[in-house]
Amino acid sequence: MRRDASPFLRFWIEFAENRLALLALGVVILVVGAALMAPLFTPQDPYDIGKLVLGDARRPPGHVGSGGYVHLLGTDAQGRDLWSAILYGLRISIQIGITAGAVAFIVGGSLGAIAAFAGGRTEALIMRFIDLQLSFPAILLALVISAILGQGKWQLTVALVASQYAYFARTAHGAAVAERAKEYIEAALSTPLSSRVVVFRHILPNCMPPLIVVATVQIANAISLEATLSFLGLGLPVTHPSLGTLIANGFQYMMSGRYWISIYPGIALIVLILAVNLVSDQIRDQLNPRLQR
Amino acid sequence: MLGFLIQRLLQAVAVMVVISVLVFVGVFAIGNPIDVLIAPDATQDIRLDTIRRYGFDQPLWKQYLNFAASLVQGDFGRSFVFNMPVLQLILSRLPATLELTLVAVIGATIIGVPLGMYAGYRPNAVSSRAIMGLSVLGFSLPTFWIGILFIMGFAVELGWLPAGGRGDTVEVWGIQWSVLTLNGWSHLVLPALTLSLFRMALMIRMARAGMREAMLSDYVRFARAQGISDSKVIFGHVLKNISIPLVTVFGLELAATMAFAVVTETIFSWPGLGKLIIDSIQSLDRPVMVAYLMLVAFLFIMINFSVDIAYAALDPRVRSGRT
Repeated sequence: MRRDASPFLRFWIEFAENRLALLALGVVILVVGAALMAPLFTPQDPYDIGKLVLGDARRPPGHVGSGGYVHLLGTDAQGRDLWSAILYGLRISIQIGITAGAVAFIVGGSLGAIAAFAGGRTEALIMRFIDLQLSFPAILLALVISAILGQGKWQLTVALVASQYAYFARTAHGAAVAERAKEYIEAALSTPLSSRVVVFRHILPNCMPPLIVVATVQIANAISLEATLSFLGLGLPVTHPSLGTLIANGFQYMMSGRYWISIYPGIALIVLILAVNLVSDQIRDQLNPRLQR
Repeated sequence: MLGFLIQRLLQAVAVMVVISVLVFVGVFAIGNPIDVLIAPDATQDIRLDTIRRYGFDQPLWKQYLNFAASLVQGDFGRSFVFNMPVLQLILSRLPATLELTLVAVIGATIIGVPLGMYAGYRPNAVSSRAIMGLSVLGFSLPTFWIGILFIMGFAVELGWLPAGGRGDTVEVWGIQWSVLTLNGWSHLVLPALTLSLFRMALMIRMARAGMREAMLSDYVRFARAQGISDSKVIFGHVLKNISIPLVTVFGLELAATMAFAVVTETIFSWPGLGKLIIDSIQSLDRPVMVAYLMLVAFLFIMINFSVDIAYAALDPRVRSGRT
């Protein structure tokens, strides 16, 4: 490894040594790319109800529908082309997963760092609450909140953030407490810098590595949780199906052998989650100082 | 030890009060329960009368106090939908969930811990890598998807096992149990396996990490130097030392699994608490939701409490406050 390489390049070279993680990263980029450019690769806009033909509903893969094109993966109960619905669904899943992960990152990270910096009663109060929430299963909290807020994209995002920010807060707090005791913070505090600057410009950037690890894990979790909630009928409405909604809709037809409505969206979901998890595993190993050679 | 016990008990009670407020306020925000209770063509008089009878005209804090007062007396109110006492409703559904959860967690422990210990004992063997691969899958696959795959494979394609329901039950002490009949087991296997896969992955990882760490420690090296066989070292010394975190996880997972059973029960139409809560969320059955959440919170707090006590009993340092 070249010594003069930038930290980012060095990180990348080390990452590339793990072939499986590299493959997984490729899959993530491919899936995200395909989802972002979904209209280019799909014969149908699955959200345009006017274009759905009920006569095409529940057709097996390979069926040539009334639109004159082949339904590669078959159609769902509303006559949607599954390939199109999966790409659009992936788009929603990724969008919600990343938004929820990012907001939870910002909220939780700041909260943890502020608690560690403030100390005393504020710290005790914030961390008590977060510990309390962590002892409660995330899925139940998300379930209740999405039941309170109802169906929809932003409601779902709020539910996911509320059930996930605590993980970031816990991690940020742990890292920030360790940073707080170091000399450079003492030095920064002895200058007339405002405490806000010290928290956000000095402490928080140094807490990033563990937070990034939590973020990669939580984005995969958010996608999986979103699918679970949608599967239970609490997530996204049938008119804008995410992967979970597609799987839920197909579930009732599985007993009669129409496997494709559930299985293909499910495979897309699994590939995405597994790939993200493999990438995050590698990032975690690289950022973990205890495993450094 | 007594002081420790009292302190933890007081903490548990305080947390329970806070949760009851949060749950009450949270659930209060969902929809308008009056719409569920009264037919849309009811007269204004009936409407007002019902509102008064259920106490919805009072301010929120008063409603909470009434709720808390009856809660302490063991009265959870009546279900809007089933029109029966919520406590009775929940107790009738509890055994099914308890059975499923226990089988899942015990199964996960019995299978997961030995696998994890083996993977930690031989970290580089091909079989160990396969075990770890399995645990990555267990972590990654969402529960509902595992359930769908199982139904697809074992119920639809192979036709070996039923896809849902509880099967034959046997009544013991007035409670129906599926674990006591062969048919009940055939219904139980798939949902229990679905529910346990995540826990199993967790157990494998914990046991492996503990095992790897322990095998490098001085006491194991000493025991080995004395010529004690590996199996004696592992089962006589190592197992005892790695069991502390495993006991914690077992306890915590018991409650978490009950919560996760929501998903599994919905897929396999297992008539337990999880299915009840999903149904009651969809039909805005407030008393059932509140009671369910309080029950789960209570369970969590009790389990946390017992884990603390078990910790104190297993590890003298915790007891005396020297952590």
